[in-house]
Amino acid sequence: MATIRVQGQDFDPGVEVEALARGRTDVGAVVSFVGYCRDEGGSLAALDLEHYPGMAEEEIARAADEAEARWPLLGATVIHRYGPIAPGERIVLVAVAAEHRGAAFAAAEMLMDYLKTRAPFWKRAIRSDGAVEGWIESKKEDDQSAARWSGAD
Amino acid sequence: MKALYFAWVRERVGRAEEELNPPPTVETVGDLVAWLSGRGEGYARAFDKPAGVRAALDRVHVRRDASIAGAKEVAFFPPMTGG
Repeated sequence: MATIRVQGQDFDPGVEVEALARGRTDVGAVVSFVGYCRDEGGSLAALDLEHYPGMAEEEIARAADEAEARWPLLGATVIHRYGPIAPGERIVLVAVAAEHRGAAFAAAEMLMDYLKTRAPFWKRAIRSDGAVEGWIESKKEDDQSAARWSGAD
Repeated sequence: MKALYFAWVRERVGRAEEELNPPPTVETVGDLVAWLSGRGEGYARAFDKPAGVRAALDRVHVRRDASIAGAKEVAFFPPMTGG
């Protein structure tokens, strides 16, 4: 049921959010999250995102299946970009439709936590002084955040 | 089996993919890591902190004790940093 796209190009969050509710009368809530590339005080020129084609889509689909098994969702869209991304550009979108806001908020948060810790993407920082700083390290807080969803309800 | 490497694992190994023919004594992902580490300096550096490298078999996350029997594709990569 979920729409999953892994792509180099930008996306329009308004179009994606609206698509989840358009023409339906059962959707009472759409929650969306958009992640942007930030310049870290002017020091970051760009991010370069590498991904594992095939597994990226499949891993996001597994996360979406888990969300759908857990909450009564009426739709979900996940878009993740790869390649060079400049500060101010969008990186990721998670949008979830449900009858009530509780399920939509929770599922969107779970999907973002899983994207950060399980979807095979890797960020490399390119600094404003031209230096390729190297691969960004994973954060413990992201693992802790994702671990919230793996226990019993 | 086909091996894929991503991010700094790819850089250290020096290639994005290759065909592997491990001996029959290599039964698990952990065995494969040990076997690869003996193949040269780049591999040794890629796997010098075994816990720091994640693995997938046929595009599914696995642990070191997973059997590689029947797997067509193995991938090694750092912890994920997407989102």
